[in-house]
Amino acid sequence: MEKIKKLILSIVPDAVAEEAQYPTFTVDASKIRSVAEKLKEKGFDYLICLTGMDYGDSLGCIYHISSSTDKTSVIVLKTSTSDRQNPAIPSVHDIWASANLYEREVYDFFGITFIDHPDMRRLFLRQDWNGYPFRKDYDANPELNPVPMENQTIAEMENMPSITLKSDGTVIKKENALFEKGDYVVNIGPQHPATHGVLHLRVSLDGEIIKKVDPNFGYIHRGIEKMCESMTYPQMLHLTDRLDYLSGTMNRHAMCLCVEKAMGLEVPQRAQYVRCIFDELTRIASHLLGWGCMCMDMGSITAFIYGMRDREKIMDIFEETGGGRLMVNYSVIGGLAEDVHPNFVNRVKEFIPYMRKMIKEYHILFTGNPIAKGRMKDIGFLSKETAVSLGVTGPSGRASGFACDVRKIEPYAAYDKVQFEEVIREKGGTFDRYIIRLDEIEQSLRIIEQLIDKLPDDGFRAKVPAIIKLPAGEYYQRVENARGDFGVYIKSDGGKNPYRVKFRSPCMTLISALDPLCQKEKIADLIMIGASLDYVIPCADR
Amino acid sequence: MLELIGIRDWIHNSLTELISEDCSWVVSLIEYVLIGVAFLAVYAVLALILIYVERKVCAFFQCRLGPNRVGPWGLMQSIADMFKILLKEIIRINNTDQFLFKVAPFIVLVGSFCTFGALHFAKGIHGVDFNVGIFYILAISSLGVVGILLAGWASNNKYTLIGAMRCGAQLVSYELSAGLSLLTMVMLAGSMQLSEIINVQEKSWLLFQAPIPALIAFVIYLIAGHAETNRGPFDLPEAESELTAGYHTEYSGIQFGFFYLAEYLNMFIIAAIAATVFLGGWQPLQINAEWAEDFNNVMNYIPTWLWFFGKTFALVFLSLWVRWTFPRLRIDQLLKLEWKILMPISLFNMLLMAVWIIWIK
Repeated sequence: MEKIKKLILSIVPDAVAEEAQYPTFTVDASKIRSVAEKLKEKGFDYLICLTGMDYGDSLGCIYHISSSTDKTSVIVLKTSTSDRQNPAIPSVHDIWASANLYEREVYDFFGITFIDHPDMRRLFLRQDWNGYPFRKDYDANPELNPVPMENQTIAEMENMPSITLKSDGTVIKKENALFEKGDYVVNIGPQHPATHGVLHLRVSLDGEIIKKVDPNFGYIHRGIEKMCESMTYPQMLHLTDRLDYLSGTMNRHAMCLCVEKAMGLEVPQRAQYVRCIFDELTRIASHLLGWGCMCMDMGSITAFIYGMRDREKIMDIFEETGGGRLMVNYSVIGGLAEDVHPNFVNRVKEFIPYMRKMIKEYHILFTGNPIAKGRMKDIGFLSKETAVSLGVTGPSGRASGFACDVRKIEPYAAYDKVQFEEVIREKGGTFDRYIIRLDEIEQSLRIIEQLIDKLPDDGFRAKVPAIIKLPAGEYYQRVENARGDFGVYIKSDGGKNPYRVKFRSPCMTLISALDPLCQKEKIADLIMIGASLDYVIPCADR
Repeated sequence: MLELIGIRDWIHNSLTELISEDCSWVVSLIEYVLIGVAFLAVYAVLALILIYVERKVCAFFQCRLGPNRVGPWGLMQSIADMFKILLKEIIRINNTDQFLFKVAPFIVLVGSFCTFGALHFAKGIHGVDFNVGIFYILAISSLGVVGILLAGWASNNKYTLIGAMRCGAQLVSYELSAGLSLLTMVMLAGSMQLSEIINVQEKSWLLFQAPIPALIAFVIYLIAGHAETNRGPFDLPEAESELTAGYHTEYSGIQFGFFYLAEYLNMFIIAAIAATVFLGGWQPLQINAEWAEDFNNVMNYIPTWLWFFGKTFALVFLSLWVRWTFPRLRIDQLLKLEWKILMPISLFNMLLMAVWIIWIK
């Protein structure tokens, strides 16, 4: 870390270094690009998260950066601009490809223009929206942004404004066209059986061959991050389940861990073990659904129903212990809401051999099927470099050889007490992304097997004050959810509400991988490649 | 005897007795109308049965129960669905070619119904019996593709157009293999007339008369025929996951019902043709040996219509089994399968059949 510090100080002498949870450096906006370039050269090739921030007097960005080789080192870069009228920060989209969407999101919510970014459209809101909702001085008056009563064209989505700053200080505004003239553009979604939610893809075709995919977000954006700012910490927990509803337990776990870390709370071992078991059960359920959906998108509805059938067993276990099925609402700050049901241990133990048997059946039904093999062979390759640069994590990243399992990198809860393998495949093809999920189910079963017999008896919840206030500061917690590296960022000013909350969504980067993956493939494969990435839209839209 | 031919003769005899001989055209007219009505009724009832069978079979494949609320074992479900589809509003869509849009479902239905009319359901029970029956079936069943292309084009929707184009490519391609494998069997039977083909199989089904080439032709016909019905794994024209519903996305109410009806009946027709040409149609199973005389008598006692429907539904079940097990092919794989695998094999098989007929038979 000292080396990094020296390196950054050599480029920007007036950078402010802090020793927080991660080494933090505050640099001037004009220097952010040169720092970013140097960091990339030094191996920091994975931009975890880009958070926009309204500091009151200034607007800024926070970059959480990590490396695909030295995975445990995370550094935080901060930059800000005091110009609230026309804030501008140089873009880093060509250094880390994942910044492409992240910067559009920041532009959408904070109005910070990223210089040299080729595509400064709003990401979630309508293009004609007035104001920037995440700014603290945003006027939420509905008269400013009335609900349109007439059909609107989506032509405005096809002009991508960009701003270039010349060396002499002049600003050049440009409009880039999204599609070429005469392209055959098909809208897939937002209501479409195969987009796995309300995602809108604009696809330009040449016959059946895909030329370009442009994802259009925001149809299910609920402003959860903004809502969190007016909520207390226990209230916020319920919203986390609704991000990626298929890995709700894990998202909630991340939020609990983040708050507990900030409070310095010691969570009982029993709660940590049970949380891990719940996480892994949720992961199995999510992978079963992901597997089933992928099969269904290839036309095999039977496989989908098989997946749903076995997922039902997990839902029953959840229902018995937590009360909820999809949204278990089980982890709370300090531990668990209730102790586990007396049947819990037995039912989980029954489930493990059952699931192992069923995986064999899946392989017989689908993996070995010649048509399925033919469909998945030789399409949709994602190289490791692209995966790292785009921030594609989770099973999809690991299928490309990007070892990004947070359970291994920053073990949390009971993950440092269990033996399991981080399944990694090298090729990054569609088949790898398919098979890796079934292999991860095996590993999850292994984790549960090790934990279920050793549940300690030290209570299920620690004592928590009635009103939870976090000490002023910034907290970041990473968790491996079923789709990848999920992160919770909380900035607290000491009150009972957070100042700013940001969720690092693994799904948004997965969707951004659609375009490089699908180019030159057939339209039928778009759906399947999308299913192989297994994104969940409410997670991307938040 | 439980043969339907008795009913046919009884109707014919009573009509000729009732009406004087000078007006024999009246007898014919009444009979035509009766036959038409009977065929329409059978067509609709078969569709209902097939939909019910498909839903139940699919449910059992998928560890479900299937329809079980309307009537005992959900038997009335299809009928309820039929009424629902009849009562539904036919949505008129702006910016479509109204004439073609409305005509398309009829063309699909007419194509499938005309093929249906040429089938031989039991001894003496058939609508028409051309001397070029096989040729007629091949020709008239291709009519459906025109309807599908029109539907896709007239809907003025990108999904339907892609679906229709895929369907065109698919049907035209697979028509070749289906036709070639049927022609192979025509060579063996020595006639194109369906009644003649069935008569040839009195002693032994065509599948057993020349086991190797006939079996190859049978398998190819089942694959190609399955592809012609646009059902999984060849359901690309209506690939739900990509094209929502393909060429009939924009249709509602009974117009959609027509496509639905035609699709299910096409499944039946393909199975029926396969049963007729390869498995002896309504001819019972016979073993051509002296020791099997008792067995043959027992087989002969089973009514011919039961034989026909039994064989056909066995093949329909096979088609359902395939549909609910396999994932969907991609368009290039689909065409590759036809042009690079099935077509050459069919052509070679025709040669093989010629050799078989000349030297072995």
